[in-house]
Amino acid sequence: MSVHVGEAASALPFPEAAKKLVANSQLRRNVRHATNVIRTKRGRVVAEMDDWEQLRDAGKAIKDHTLAHLDEYLLQFEAACTKAGGQVHWARDADEANRIIVDLVKRYGSDEVIKVKTMTSDETRLNVALEAAGITPFETDLADLIVQLGEDKPSHIVVPALHRNRMEIRELFMGKMGLDTLGYQPEDLAAAARNYLRERFLRVKVGISGANYLIAETGSVVVVESEGNGRMCLTLPDVLISIVGVEKVIPRFEDLEVYLQLLPRSATGERMNPYNSIWTGVTPGDGPQAFHIVLLDNGRTKVLADPESRETLDCIRCGACLNACPVYRQTGGHAYGSVYAGPIGAILTPQLQSMEHSQTLPYASSLCGACYEVCPVKINIPEILIHLRTKVVDSGHAPLAERLAMKGAAFAMSKASRLSLAHAFARLGQWPFNDDGKLDNLPGLLAGWTEFRDLDAIPAESFREWWSKR
Amino acid sequence: MVISLFITCYNDALFPQTGQAVVTVLERLGHTVEFRAAQTCCGQMHYNTGYRHDSYTLLRQFLEVFADAEVIVCPSSSCVAMIRDHYPKMAEQLNDPALQARVAAILPRIFEFSELLTDKLGLTDVGAFYPHSVTLHASCHGLRSLHLGSKPADLLKQVKGLTLIELPDADQCCGFGGTFAVKNPDVSAAMLSDKLQCVLGTNAEACAGADNSCLMHIGGALSRQRTGVRTVHLAEILASTEKSS
Amino acid sequence: MVVQAMTSREAVLANIRAAKGGPADESIPRLYSASVDLSPAEVVEQFADRLHDYNATVHHCTVDAIPATIAGILQTRQKTGLLIPSGLPPEWLPADYAFRRDEGLSYADLDASQGVLTACDVAIALTGTIVIGHSPAQGRRALTLVPDYHLCIVRLDQLVATVPEGMRRMAALLPAPLTTISGPSATSDIEMIRVKGVHGPRTLEVILVG
Ligand code: SF4
Repeated sequence: MSVHVGEAASALPFPEAAKKLVANSQLRRNVRHATNVIRTKRGRVVAEMDDWEQLRDAGKAIKDHTLAHLDEYLLQFEAACTKAGGQVHWARDADEANRIIVDLVKRYGSDEVIKVKTMTSDETRLNVALEAAGITPFETDLADLIVQLGEDKPSHIVVPALHRNRMEIRELFMGKMGLDTLGYQPEDLAAAARNYLRERFLRVKVGISGANYLIAETGSVVVVESEGNGRMCLTLPDVLISIVGVEKVIPRFEDLEVYLQLLPRSATGERMNPYNSIWTGVTPGDGPQAFHIVLLDNGRTKVLADPESRETLDCIRCGACLNACPVYRQTGGHAYGSVYAGPIGAILTPQLQSMEHSQTLPYASSLCGACYEVCPVKINIPEILIHLRTKVVDSGHAPLAERLAMKGAAFAMSKASRLSLAHAFARLGQWPFNDDGKLDNLPGLLAGWTEFRDLDAIPAESFREWWSKR
Repeated sequence: MVISLFITCYNDALFPQTGQAVVTVLERLGHTVEFRAAQTCCGQMHYNTGYRHDSYTLLRQFLEVFADAEVIVCPSSSCVAMIRDHYPKMAEQLNDPALQARVAAILPRIFEFSELLTDKLGLTDVGAFYPHSVTLHASCHGLRSLHLGSKPADLLKQVKGLTLIELPDADQCCGFGGTFAVKNPDVSAAMLSDKLQCVLGTNAEACAGADNSCLMHIGGALSRQRTGVRTVHLAEILASTEKSS
Repeated sequence: MVVQAMTSREAVLANIRAAKGGPADESIPRLYSASVDLSPAEVVEQFADRLHDYNATVHHCTVDAIPATIAGILQTRQKTGLLIPSGLPPEWLPADYAFRRDEGLSYADLDASQGVLTACDVAIALTGTIVIGHSPAQGRRALTLVPDYHLCIVRLDQLVATVPEGMRRMAALLPAPLTTISGPSATSDIEMIRVKGVHGPRTLEVILVG
């Protein structure tokens, strides 16, 4: 079994990737604008809910409860879905899921598929597998289409193309859609996407989706969306294949009332997103007459195995933590080297990969707590970041200079007398860099600090020295 | 009241004037301040960076030093947050019920400086005089962990001569984040430059706060860019009187 | 193939059983509000308000006036007729317009139509949501999806105030497929500017009856 999360295993370390991205002023402008808009809208519609905290508590409790009984609920879902005419497949990792889907598409004799936004398929790199098998995938979500046509990568889990502005998109569409003229208003660009995709929606025989929720009790599947491309992919093809992480199951239909309130307000700042589709197996005479669902592990059960961080699996992919994150707001999503960006990406990607890759991600946070504050299912992301940092250190992967500095500091702090000695040494050590009371050009670990900031020279007398003379 | 000062390791070495200010304010209010010389550090830097085992030692040491202190004050919101948010969990990780009990016993006696004045002592006016325009940086730990809310501002509003100017985007992190600023210098600098724009936009003479670690970060850039704006800890403003200034 | 599938299923389940903790706290706090304190008139007003927010046009009429209201709308929109699901009450339809029942129309037919007229099952005021359970008065899912114009008739007894109230009614419709519609299709994918009308019907119009 081999877990991979997009191309995260070969991504640049976060600080290096971020260095390039923060230098891109257009990108920073685009990201800042988009996150500001959603944050403002979210703030407004969350504030009008008197019972928001109670909804969050329920949302978290339902997920935690489900994880404690995950096998039972998955089996219940499997039975109900199968009874309703669906076919359930299980995949241990990304490659297996891709293989199942490619085989299915071939079995139904299609060489093209229409896809509605599924991050899980980005995680498994399904499009690459489909193309390798001679099957053309058409992304139909506007942002995904922009990413696909631009041979780009998603940079946000809800609005994957937020790093592109209208002029960049216009140029891309004109080139890839073969248009001689095209306006630059968002309406014009959306209309171009509608025209481009319309014929494909009506023609292509296999649809591929993800899912926001699986309902164990009824075997129903739920997809939350805005543009109607989801409904097209879920309704018009003869065959529908959904790829879904095992953590997406919830026990009862009733539980959905909690998430249908939490998710739209957190994700896009709407009271309700334009469309939700809920279907149960196959309905004769309505929609696809063959329905397959692939339940994916790909590292999720390893996340589940760690009691200190398993709540990572509670995530409903609303993206609120990205919009709130001051780090994400500077770098955008590409710095995270994964289909999952921002705070949730910083905890999810390394865990899925068993902490073998992406070890700089747990450090891509100032621990300011803004993510935890907005998370609709109250995932304590800062706490989990710290836990994962411990794993990095304990596995011996922290940089040597840092380990030495930390050991040195720990030694000095372990006794007040040693601390006084350390003060004296530091004061002595700083003199070559002391420029009139300011340190402005330090070496080693602190070089990054003094590249952008001065540091006050260490005062001649520490507090404890002052006190002892009192 | 006898109040035991937990100065914190970095204030001890780098910002002794903050500790002196705390002593000045509390003594002026008629309290006795004690300083237990065996104290060192709360362990925040080690814990947050992933050196959990080193921080366990510091936790035990903290409990040892302050076990019988009646009231403990600390002029650093992030260190208080470390103790309040993480010590219970750390004691649990160590699977040591006795330690857990000692942590639980000490928590109600620890106060961040502005908490001590407003909550414990019930004061907002401490008789300070500071004839300058000041803006206030909230600090993430003060805001989201300690929920200081308006406490620091309430104190500043009672300072004679002081003009308080609201800081836009006050809930945004300054980009310090302890070792974050060292491990991710470019992102940290980008966050800092946003914060600086807000601070400079207020036209205040000084940027105040309840945590010198953020202020060291903001102040370092204000200094590097020769802005002429300084940073100052809340305690130092409150220590200042018509006589002393 | 079958053997392989069984293996993965057992492997994933075994992983889960090894990984999951003991039973978590079994009580789920449901302290959020299932209902609100609004008069029926206020609920109707809120529903209409939300629909306006979504740029959907809203009409009010009595049961008897349904045909006349539909006729007025079609006249304003310069339409000569609409598609209808097989079970739509015939007494709703005004004379002089061409209504075509969906009895296995092709997608191309749906695409080329002037729009569709349907009923609904549930409506939720707080979020301006219409729920379609795809019963005979609403037709299969494609019927309310492919046409560019959707005229929907909502009876006041179908209207509830909150999402939990709406969900209780939706549960009774299962296992039928359910579609919730809150305004016309929309995207904010380009510079976060809301563009209404992408792939689903670009125009949604609602008649509130009762
Ligand atoms: S971690 Fe929380 S805030 Fe972030 S995407 Fe997941 S549910 Fe949303």
